[in-house]
Amino acid sequence: MKKELGIFVLLIVLCAVTAFENARFLSPENMVNMANVIGLFGIFSLGAGLVIITSGIDLSVGSMIALIGMLLVMALTDWHWAWPLAVLFVAVVAMILGCAHGMFITRFNMQPFIVTLCGLLLYRGIARFIAQDTTKGFGSAAGFETLRNLANGIWFGLPMPFVLLIIIAVIMWVVLHRSVYGRYLYAVGRNEEAARFSGINTRLVIASSYVLAALLTSISAILFAFYTNSVSPSTHGNFYELYGIAAAVLGGCSLRGGEGSVIGILIGVALLQVLQNLVNLLGIPSSLNFAVMGAVVLVGVLADQIFKKRAAKRVAH
Amino acid sequence: MSVAPLLEMRGISKRFPGVVALDSVDLQIVRAEVVALVGENGAGKSTLMNILGGIYQPDAGEIRIDGQPVKIQNVNDALCRGIAFIHQELNVLDNLDVAANVFLGREPVNALRLMNRNKIHADTEPFLKRLGLPISTRTRLDKLSLAQQQMVEIAKALSLNARLIIMDEPTSSLTLSETKRLLELVRELSGQGVGIIYISHRLGEVDQCADRVVVLRDGKNAGELPRSEATHDRLVNLMVGREIKNFYVQSDSQKTAGFFKVRNVRSRLYPHRPVSFDVARGEILGFAGLVGAGRSEIAKAIVGLDASPAKEIFLDGEKIPIHAPRDAIERGICLVPESRRTEGLIVEMSVCENVTLPSLRRLSRCGLIQRKRERDVAARQVDSLKVKTPGVETQVMNLSGGNQQKVVLGKWLARQPRVMILDEPTRGIDVGAKAEIYRLMRELAGQGTAILMISSDMEEILNVSDRVAVMHEGEITGVLERADCTEQNVMQLAVGKKIPAAKPAFEN
Repeated sequence: MKKELGIFVLLIVLCAVTAFENARFLSPENMVNMANVIGLFGIFSLGAGLVIITSGIDLSVGSMIALIGMLLVMALTDWHWAWPLAVLFVAVVAMILGCAHGMFITRFNMQPFIVTLCGLLLYRGIARFIAQDTTKGFGSAAGFETLRNLANGIWFGLPMPFVLLIIIAVIMWVVLHRSVYGRYLYAVGRNEEAARFSGINTRLVIASSYVLAALLTSISAILFAFYTNSVSPSTHGNFYELYGIAAAVLGGCSLRGGEGSVIGILIGVALLQVLQNLVNLLGIPSSLNFAVMGAVVLVGVLADQIFKKRAAKRVAH
Repeated sequence: MSVAPLLEMRGISKRFPGVVALDSVDLQIVRAEVVALVGENGAGKSTLMNILGGIYQPDAGEIRIDGQPVKIQNVNDALCRGIAFIHQELNVLDNLDVAANVFLGREPVNALRLMNRNKIHADTEPFLKRLGLPISTRTRLDKLSLAQQQMVEIAKALSLNARLIIMDEPTSSLTLSETKRLLELVRELSGQGVGIIYISHRLGEVDQCADRVVVLRDGKNAGELPRSEATHDRLVNLMVGREIKNFYVQSDSQKTAGFFKVRNVRSRLYPHRPVSFDVARGEILGFAGLVGAGRSEIAKAIVGLDASPAKEIFLDGEKIPIHAPRDAIERGICLVPESRRTEGLIVEMSVCENVTLPSLRRLSRCGLIQRKRERDVAARQVDSLKVKTPGVETQVMNLSGGNQQKVVLGKWLARQPRVMILDEPTRGIDVGAKAEIYRLMRELAGQGTAILMISSDMEEILNVSDRVAVMHEGEITGVLERADCTEQNVMQLAVGKKIPAAKPAFEN
């Protein structure tokens, strides 16, 4: 709890600072916009965090968003599939890719970093290939208004991505913090060997985390496609995996595995978003966007290490 | 002419925030003497030796070497004064060769300030000879066994002209024969004039090599015994401060033979040697053998951690297919692994989480963990095993070794196992906890559980087991009935000799 409290306080402080500097921060349009983006980024960040908890990592998120987005656009506009079919299709494709990650990592004992790095390169390449390296958009195509509303609409004043994030976060919270599977995830992340000795099917646990992450990524991909209304395969979703990892780490996940919480990840996502907003509203050149993010994550994790050391000293005495 | 003792520590006290580690402790050792330092975990042995090794500074008291008062400022200082500390966790660099390790930091250089390769090897040779170590100085350390690596550390100590060598649990990772060799070496070194302080939990070894045994308890001197008077019981008495009645509990349980039958299990180490044996219900079958004989590997193959497709396991007449650890666990066959911190426990998790880990499915509904039931199960185990912990939510890494081992046991006992395989159950555990674990094992056996105990501690093997199966290079060379369980017989079987007293491991 302490860790989440810490970054939550930081979040409040940042919001206060930003609001103070520029009252536009608290305007309804800005709030809705932020909520929208938090929803978009948050869903796949939860997946990123899940994988990190098993002491793995998924570098393919951004490229998968490009590929899934492109497949969705093509399914709806080029192949004219009914939208439920298109959605199912892209979700299944994503899960198959996630399965592949899981298989290479658990059956062939390859390192997650390598496997998903290859994914990063492969998926974007495939996206560019199937689109012949052109940008494809929904344009004025019709027939999937329901889907568009689901992805873009407003529900009780809140943007759909945010609503979906909340629903998914609640489910993930139950899975991670209350279910047997969640306990297994943490156990495997902390000490895979000991988990195996205790009868846990560690391969299944790890592989399934990649499938789940891919599923969450595909949901984000669908939402992103409608957010940008078109997918440029060479740049769509670029670096998003780093965002997810940064959000997860800021929110308390350790790359060593076995640590992290849903609330922490959400706060991490919100923090990064508020930071971005802060940069914009303060008139800081947007070129420094990434620099600011990097600096904050560095400081955040450093602070966490220091607190951990102090806490450990206190326990020893 | 009386010579001042090699080392005198008087009135040494050391305090850490919140705990008095040492309270006015005295220790003395003369040239060519071997002093064993024993005590429970937390008694202060390590702290005392760390002070001697220059790692800590005492708060009070004085240290005299050859009668002269000294202050040992740091590790280098200790080395300069001739005190070498060989830690339990070896400090060797396994990507370098023997000579490089021995002369680490003091490499001989030539005129160009480059390392003089020939000299470093030539200088290392004599030390290896002195230790009777038949290896080349050019061998990389990762190619050597743990025992040989330890010898390299001793060679390093000798090359530093150590007059006093402190050995911390030197035999904990050694095989039976390597242990024998080390103990002989200790006596040889002391014969050459080196003083040796030997810290060990294995009281059986202590009386083989020590001239005197010094006992610490709760940071204070608890007594000293010359070798002739250092019996097991008297030592335990001093260590614990009370008499432990029935340290080794005798068996009186009914035993039904052929309860747990293992046929044709092959370990990873010796895939061409199928092993078969029987364990009776209510029996403690000891598994002795040299490290590397394949005992742990057989245990892992039995429970499905390693694949052994041709094996057949029968429990109470019923054939049990085991392809994964889950299968064994579900049928009540549990393994308490050798390394509790890396295999037996998830140390960052709480006592509760560790105890319930294999049983979560039973403690959940629709996949969701029922926290109250979980806590109850954990509390019950903590209670019945008398685990000393502030609570069930305490992280296991904050418990002592003995209590950690109890948590591992509790984890499996919560499932009421029918067969328990224990791999080195009391390694690195203090005497009080050891006695409790033996009592627990006996109780379990009395309730009808079949127990397999793998151990490298001869005393443990001889005193706790009802029968002893001895392994040598992947096969069971023979099983000894209680009456024939002598150190001689076990050792003979362990090195592969067949003896008449040995019985076959199973009957068809």
